[in-house]
Amino acid sequence: MWVVQVQLQQFMCIGVIKISSEQFTIEQFYKHLSNGQLMAGKCKQCGKLHLPPRPLCDKCLSQKFKWIKISKEGKLLTYTTIYVAPQQFQAMVPYSVGIVQLEGELKLPGMIMNLSENQLKIGMSLEIDFNSCKNTLLWPDWPRYCFRKSGHK
Amino acid sequence: MKGKPLVSIVSAGLSKFGKLEGMYAREIFAFAAKEAFERCPKLDPKNDIKAMFIGHMGESYEHQGHTGASVADWAGLLNIPATRTEAACASSGVALRSGIFAVLSGLADVVMVGGVEKMTHRTTGEVTEYLAMAADYPFEQWHGITFPGLYALMAKAHMHKYGTTESQMAKVAVKNHYHGSLNPKAHMQKEITIEKVLSSIPIATPLKLYDCSLISDGASCVILAKPEIAAKLTDNPVHIIGSGQASDTIGLYERKSLTSLLSSKLASRTAYDMAGVNSKDIDLAEVHDCFTFAELMAYEDLNFCEIGKGGKMVENSETKLGGRLPINTSGGLKAKGHPVGATGTAQAYEMYLQLTGQADRRQVRDAKIGLTHNVGGSGSTATIHVYRSD
Repeated sequence: MWVVQVQLQQFMCIGVIKISSEQFTIEQFYKHLSNGQLMAGKCKQCGKLHLPPRPLCDKCLSQKFKWIKISKEGKLLTYTTIYVAPQQFQAMVPYSVGIVQLEGELKLPGMIMNLSENQLKIGMSLEIDFNSCKNTLLWPDWPRYCFRKSGHK
Repeated sequence: MKGKPLVSIVSAGLSKFGKLEGMYAREIFAFAAKEAFERCPKLDPKNDIKAMFIGHMGESYEHQGHTGASVADWAGLLNIPATRTEAACASSGVALRSGIFAVLSGLADVVMVGGVEKMTHRTTGEVTEYLAMAADYPFEQWHGITFPGLYALMAKAHMHKYGTTESQMAKVAVKNHYHGSLNPKAHMQKEITIEKVLSSIPIATPLKLYDCSLISDGASCVILAKPEIAAKLTDNPVHIIGSGQASDTIGLYERKSLTSLLSSKLASRTAYDMAGVNSKDIDLAEVHDCFTFAELMAYEDLNFCEIGKGGKMVENSETKLGGRLPINTSGGLKAKGHPVGATGTAQAYEMYLQLTGQADRRQVRDAKIGLTHNVGGSGSTATIHVYRSD
């Protein structure tokens, strides 16, 4: 039985790729976030910025990228307050989510914390917060980000 | 006459839509299949039907994958090749296209395409979770963004940009519930008022309960044939003369426009060009009104009106039965119901009834050219089909 398990483990490990900071993946994006950095992947060939980063540039099909630090500041493009949520989020309702325009063409969606719906306005300034949004209600257990009023601290 | 037939519809079937307690998806599908067999007495289903494509979105509802084989079996069609297609709420729009490909390839002269979903035995929280699987996982689902939430984000942006109102959205619900009241197979067959929509509980602001399509059980199918074969099977075929499909980013946030679906625009352009028609030639349409706002956006994306004017179109009753371009005469997803995998071919079923003059109390007079618009997710997939009567 022991031998079978060892062989099984060896079998399952074949082809496992370790994620390093050189890899332009969604997991690495979230790892940077947990270090307090909002990072996009920049294509070294055509210059397109990718948020989230991707391993293949959808514009020029290159696989060569570098990390670029993005400003935490953005503008609210649209928002909604959710009253009916999936089971994992039901304890939080009502909560607001929005899509925030960051620099260039980059956008990110996320929860908007500590602002009630009547305080939200399209075009208002928000900033991304990676310290106080630890809810990991869905697999995997990586830290999340959320949005707050600019200069909240 | 416009539009060379790609394939011809020789028959169609639809189960009752609604809360079908005590039935599995494959059992519900059997009722849709049986209706299609009975509508076409010259067809010998067991010998003539050579392949099957079935749209089905979620394994989670019944803990059951591998829908192609199980549905083919329960429809009495073993051992034909049976394939499941999945593109969220556009699963059977994609099945319909796959059937067209199969017939045009020459490998099968007659195919059955359809779709099914069994949803109502799950709680609203569970259904909300399963439907959200069609959205981006690490950026939308993780952040608690639901499907109504995604369409609410688009609705809010549209209201801000074009002045679209909640009353205009409510009017879509009122219209489609009126149409549903004329459809004995619709989930909801009661008329509602604007006040009822506007005072219903919030789901994802500005969308309220009556802005949302229904969680329903149901199945649908159509039988496609090569046009020469169709002429031998029925005196009253409906021809599919255009088919388009396009994809877009899985995440709404990655798109340039938050007030329009590029996939709908691109797929409709392909389908119009193939059919040799333009939007002015369309006599009636079934559009993907998963939320009332989505119907208004569809008017614009399909070029039925100018961008930003969708709200005005419903306000002027142009899309109501008797109006210049009746839309969702079946009741749409809003009132007929939205068993997600079944929706695309349920739209084709309505078009088959309308263009063969069998739509009874909701018949559109002199309907010759129709369009169906089936969207998956927040617009990551769109399929468009254009039909004409014989």
